[in-house]
Amino acid sequence: MPHDHHDHDHPHDHDGLSPSGHPYRADNDAPLSYWQRMEIAVRELMIEKGHLTADQVAAQIDTMDARSPANGAAVVARAWVDPDFRARLLDDAGAASREMGFDIGPLHLIAVENTAQVHNLIVCTLCSCYPRNLLGLPPDWYKTREYRARAVREPRAVLREFGLDLPDSTTIRVHDSTADMRYIVLPARPSGTDGMTEAALAALVTRDSMVGTGLPRQP
Amino acid sequence: MPERVRVKAMMPPGHVRTPAYLRGKTGVIERALGPFPNPEQLAYGLPAPEQPLYRVRFTMSEVWGDAAERPSDTLDAEIYAHWLERL
Repeated sequence: MPHDHHDHDHPHDHDGLSPSGHPYRADNDAPLSYWQRMEIAVRELMIEKGHLTADQVAAQIDTMDARSPANGAAVVARAWVDPDFRARLLDDAGAASREMGFDIGPLHLIAVENTAQVHNLIVCTLCSCYPRNLLGLPPDWYKTREYRARAVREPRAVLREFGLDLPDSTTIRVHDSTADMRYIVLPARPSGTDGMTEAALAALVTRDSMVGTGLPRQP
Repeated sequence: MPERVRVKAMMPPGHVRTPAYLRGKTGVIERALGPFPNPEQLAYGLPAPEQPLYRVRFTMSEVWGDAAERPSDTLDAEIYAHWLERL
């Protein structure tokens, strides 16, 4: 009971808890790991030798941080309103994303389409492969051993925990990103969205709906 | 008829991108993806000759047997040609 005062009378620092009753997060002043030292050493050497600058490193981090699920949502909404674009997306999702102006680098992207009969789910059992160059950084749960192991073994149980209870008549297709491809789910367009603008449709597309752990919002 | 393949059931050491849970399992080629440098050499900075890469589709009953939630659900994974034998 973090907020209880028990039998002592000073009003602060009970059991190492903050005034709001939560534990303080430990400072990260443990010794550097081998790979942390290696990263710092290589980065400093590259800068010293003039191969890149600290500004370029910071700019690359900014570029990655600027990528967000909104990019993928724009691609999905375009596919919902433009059948020719949808066909190009399913044929080569990387080329279709670049066509919309997204700088996704060398990403090899495959779009898998949800229909009335099929639901797709993306996982990387070997590590944490994710279409970062389009959607930005993956959510923490995507990288956990639990999600990675269970998504291939009991996808229906996993989806129920995400609030998605699919009927037995729906076929689930799980896609394990084991090698060079990355995946995005093209969710089915929600009903009741006729006449909505592309921008309004994009606002319905959640990150989870593009991983397959969710569905788009209803308008 | 889709082409049937079996994932080789070998267990080599080192960086391998064929998940152990699919080794020895039979599936069908879902699509060919083209040639990619073999990660088993690439991971060590060695010359990495290109290998054809395929998306192989397995049924959940093939992968998990009786433990499958719904036997005809599927699992697709990318497998390099040198890990596949044609049936």
